[in-house]
Amino acid sequence: MSATATRVTFGETVCRLADTNPDIVVLDADLRKSTMTDEFSRKHPERFFDVGIAEGNMVGVGAGMALAGKIPFICSFACFVVGRFEQIRMAVAYNRANVKIVGTHAGIGIGEDGYSQMATEDVGLMRTLPNIAVVQPADAIETRGAVEYIAQHDGPVFLRLTRQKVADVNGEGYEFRFGKAVVLREGTDVSLMGTGAVMENVLKAADLLAAQGISAQVVNIHTLKPLDTEFIESIASSHGKIVTVEDHGIHGGLGSAVSEAVAELGRGRVRRVGVTEFAESGDTEGLYGKYGLSAEHVSAAAMELMD
Amino acid sequence: MTIPELEAIAKEIRVDVIRMLVEAGSGHPGGSLSCTDIVTALYFHQMRHRPEQPDWPDRDRFVLSKGHCVPAVYAALAHAGYFPKEETLSLRKLNSRMQGHPDRHRFPYVEASTGSLGQGLSVAVGMALAGKTGGKDYRTYCVISDGECQAGQIWEAAMSAPRFGLDNLCVLMDYNHIQLSGGTDEIMSLEPVLDKWRAFNWNTLEIDGHSFPAILDALKAAEQHRDGPTMIVCQTVKGKGVSFMENRWEWHGKAPSREEGERAVEELVNGS
Repeated sequence: MSATATRVTFGETVCRLADTNPDIVVLDADLRKSTMTDEFSRKHPERFFDVGIAEGNMVGVGAGMALAGKIPFICSFACFVVGRFEQIRMAVAYNRANVKIVGTHAGIGIGEDGYSQMATEDVGLMRTLPNIAVVQPADAIETRGAVEYIAQHDGPVFLRLTRQKVADVNGEGYEFRFGKAVVLREGTDVSLMGTGAVMENVLKAADLLAAQGISAQVVNIHTLKPLDTEFIESIASSHGKIVTVEDHGIHGGLGSAVSEAVAELGRGRVRRVGVTEFAESGDTEGLYGKYGLSAEHVSAAAMELMD
Repeated sequence: MTIPELEAIAKEIRVDVIRMLVEAGSGHPGGSLSCTDIVTALYFHQMRHRPEQPDWPDRDRFVLSKGHCVPAVYAALAHAGYFPKEETLSLRKLNSRMQGHPDRHRFPYVEASTGSLGQGLSVAVGMALAGKTGGKDYRTYCVISDGECQAGQIWEAAMSAPRFGLDNLCVLMDYNHIQLSGGTDEIMSLEPVLDKWRAFNWNTLEIDGHSFPAILDALKAAEQHRDGPTMIVCQTVKGKGVSFMENRWEWHGKAPSREEGERAVEELVNGS
């Protein structure tokens, strides 16, 4: 299994798409070497705008460009760009401006930089806003498909990406389908629904459960909004046991989204695996172990659902 | 259009603003009246736009960053023929397109939904930047309030427009010296405000924001300026044209009663 940081695939893809789509522009807030828009800035300098360390202005400028017909990708760390929530609320969501908000360095998996750079609330914030879709790809091929889709999607999107390399979980020939859950492994006793960087651990958790005779389905939810409620309802209505897994707080993210769908259906049970406190500096694996995102944590959560 | 004609339109817009606010029972008369002459000069003299083709791609863009003063813009758009003037009387009512602050989806003749102060200038910068990038020669105009210059994002935007060489951007600051809670100087002074914009590398002008010759000259000078964006600081009077509203912060966000409205209209029409 090879591994790639999804921000790297984003940088390559947006650069390539801009070759044939003259409306694509990229805005960045002094993080081009981290958000991986550096290549775009050199290849398309007339369409690259660094606003400096001024994310609020970047959101507004992006919205203004979108209202005038451009397709702006506005890029920063997820915590910094989504931190300008009220600007996004007004300038992007309320205007329904065709802005693509790209938040890299999502989650505690970024590691050594520590909490101040870790977005663990961003999905929750973006999910509350009408008009904005939320997409978090799990690997390189999915990122490529997601960015291609987002560029032609009519409306604002929040794209959540990783700093760290993440293992490939989708096979060759994979096609990104917006709004559709992806079953990575079939299973009949419990459904493990993950998103983004945690998918490798979710697959490992299914192995741990198999060793105990439990058949776990593994599902990748790359589109957090709009959620594939049809799929979730089908699971809730069959065995009804769902574990959600995400490198994001348990409030507002995938766990909340799935719980909302399940509660409205009135069938099924959910265990949420996610971040519950301010994390710290460290390596990704160590952090996932300490803050509850390891394969063992996921399998333990699944066991709680087994009566 | 001649100066007397512009003055006559401005007077009608002020009357419409008062009538709209009386009907709505809420709203912001002070700032709507202080920016009326600026808005009139833009829509009836300076800007290239087509009421019969509102989405004309080459139209000049106008962003009202001080969104609470949108009644003046609604009145101007109605007067220009974008929509029937009777509709302005539905301001702030359920199911109306005339939202309390501009909403470009309900009402497509405004360029941007605004109302959270400090943000509109960034959107205007984006529109101007898109024009530059796309080889379009439309100009972008933005009216900001004095109070919203207390917001940091205004200065983020102020820093970015000269950096991007936006000589197609002209911002007018409606400097009526009064905000919701009191005088701008008492709450959080902007002074020396011209020096601030100059220090941010803007072409700066200061004018009487109620003198059409001065406004027109300044807009022309801004258009001819070829080295970055222009800031026109317009010295204005809050509640301009209605004696009992002028320079009174109490009229920032309070609608006149029906009787007060009649007095205001009488003054505007017949002079005080």
